[in-house]
Amino acid sequence: MVLVYAEATNGEFKKVAHEVIVYGKQTADVLGTECHALVLGDAPGAEGLGKYGAAKVHRISSPHLEGFDAAVYTVAITEAAKQLGATVIVVPHNSTGKNITGRLAARLEAGSVAGANAVPMMKDGYFTVTKPVFSGKAFADVQVLTDVKVISLAGNSIPVTEAGGDAPVVELSVEPPAPKTKVINHQVATGRTPLPEAELVVSGGRGLKGPENWAVIEDLADALGATTACSRPVADSDWRPHHEHVGQTGVAIRPNLYIAAGISGAIQHLAGVNNSKTIVVINKDPDAPFFKAADYGVVGDLFDVLPRLTEAVKKYKGQ
Amino acid sequence: MKLLVCVSKTPETTTKIQLTSDGTEIDTTGVQYIMNPYDEWYALVRALELKEAAGGTVTILNVGPADNDPVIRKGLAIGADDAVRIDVTEEKDSLFTARQIAEFARGKDFDLILFGKETISYNGSEVGAMVAEFLDLPYVGDAIGLEVEGTQATVTRDIEGGDEVIEVQTPIALSAAKGMAEQRIPNMRGIMMAKRKPLEVVQAVDFPDTTRVASYQKPAEKGSVKLIEPDNMDELVRLLHEEAKVI
Ligand SMILES: Cc1cc2nc3c(=O)[nH]c(=O)nc-3n(C[C@H](O)[C@H](O)[C@H](O)COP(=O)(O)OP(=O)(O)OC[C@H]3O[C@@H](n4cnc5c(N)ncnc54)[C@H](O)[C@@H]3O)c2cc1C
Repeated sequence: MVLVYAEATNGEFKKVAHEVIVYGKQTADVLGTECHALVLGDAPGAEGLGKYGAAKVHRISSPHLEGFDAAVYTVAITEAAKQLGATVIVVPHNSTGKNITGRLAARLEAGSVAGANAVPMMKDGYFTVTKPVFSGKAFADVQVLTDVKVISLAGNSIPVTEAGGDAPVVELSVEPPAPKTKVINHQVATGRTPLPEAELVVSGGRGLKGPENWAVIEDLADALGATTACSRPVADSDWRPHHEHVGQTGVAIRPNLYIAAGISGAIQHLAGVNNSKTIVVINKDPDAPFFKAADYGVVGDLFDVLPRLTEAVKKYKGQ
Repeated sequence: MKLLVCVSKTPETTTKIQLTSDGTEIDTTGVQYIMNPYDEWYALVRALELKEAAGGTVTILNVGPADNDPVIRKGLAIGADDAVRIDVTEEKDSLFTARQIAEFARGKDFDLILFGKETISYNGSEVGAMVAEFLDLPYVGDAIGLEVEGTQATVTRDIEGGDEVIEVQTPIALSAAKGMAEQRIPNMRGIMMAKRKPLEVVQAVDFPDTTRVASYQKPAEKGSVKLIEPDNMDELVRLLHEEAKVI
């Protein structure tokens, strides 16, 4: 059985949970088995996870699961996996997943693939999972050699589709230990979708000349409902916050649309963004290396092009 | 305070990744190597800052072959006190690496074990969490802030769209991300001193492979770029909607 950890984001099941379940279901189909979802703590709407492919939803309730603690979550998930006889465990490759994938693998002495971007295949007799390596400069086909396997799924890797109906929700009796960490502050900005999950991204580079000019980026992002990003020197100069820095030493993203304005397209920048589905580059230098990695290009001054593009998007949305 | 910083070796960031003709390996001809930036810029530098403020020792640890020694020496030049290399002939998967680190660190009373948030080669972000599990330590991944007062650590970690502040008693393991510290360039004196600092080579323990990379692929090449005139943004929007189908 494939057991998927369905994470509730601020108390709600959103895209992160739906993606892992769709992935878990497709993995279960490859193996000829069922996909079950695991929910930790209380969140409304767990039965609705059935729509994405979970045959059953298991829930562990405990006051110890209220704040996130990697060790506690790891015990909860591994105990559930053992009770249910799961052979594949899937978690999202987000901030939660990055804290637990390794712990799960170590606790179960299981082979793991962190940041997978494709559904596993049986290839040459081996359970094989593909993941980006070298920050997206290549992909590795990883064979998992153990009976139990742990996979974390990179965001935006699989289209979410709804098929079935609601699934039964059953309580699972697991007593996770008390956490040794204490969350004393948790703050999440409301508004734009967080960068790693964003489907549309508008990004600015040194060509913007200074932080006071970012309105042209923000306006386009607002018109599209996109998230903003930037190149490394922009974050290093504190023009923009560090979490917006994309590239090999920043966040690696794979949105449907990446619009880059005033970014030259250095190899370290491309590494983190070149798996975006569609790339639009706006640069006044026709020889900017980024054009070689772009689907669509506009050679021109971004201070002129971006407002025009924003108007065109508004016009299209207004129709 | 006793600090352990685990570092790995990665291809330099401008490296164009090439595959061997059968696609089963990375062609390493001409590849230059560096210390993984997250390990060097954030984990190591923050460890040094904590030592400078409160006293103690900073040990760097690498699991790898003798070829890795120059990268380890760089860590000593930046300011680590001593280094350990767990000797393996070839680099293996995350669980193997984590097992080696855990076996070395077990019983040695490190207050903090620091990692970079991921390597820029395998992008796993797993080794730190694995070591923490093997040693039964609390773990905080993607940490962007770390303060230590006595045995109380306050760690800020990156989460989607925000951050979270966590209190925990040492010993702990954590992985460091951008925001934790600023890169330090080793000076001449550091480089000279690094030559005389101890680099102990330790035997690896046996541990079976749990994964194996069977082959690699390169991303599909983009076709040639479609250029749109700056005064025709309606056309770009049309293409994004009708052709690319992304809006
Ligand atoms: C170890 C290492 C790691 C790195 N990691 C990263 C990383 O993760 N991410 C990253 O982004 N970089 C990274 N870099 C830096 C990278 O090498 C480049 O220096 C950086 O990406 C350049 O940023 P940029 O494109 O914004 O600026 P520039 O290279 O200065 O490019 C600015 C561009 O703006 C254009 N421009 C200027 N004015 C206008 C205008 N009015 N209209 C239109 N276009 C205009 C110019 O033609 C130019 O192409 C790394 C470097 C190193 C050494």
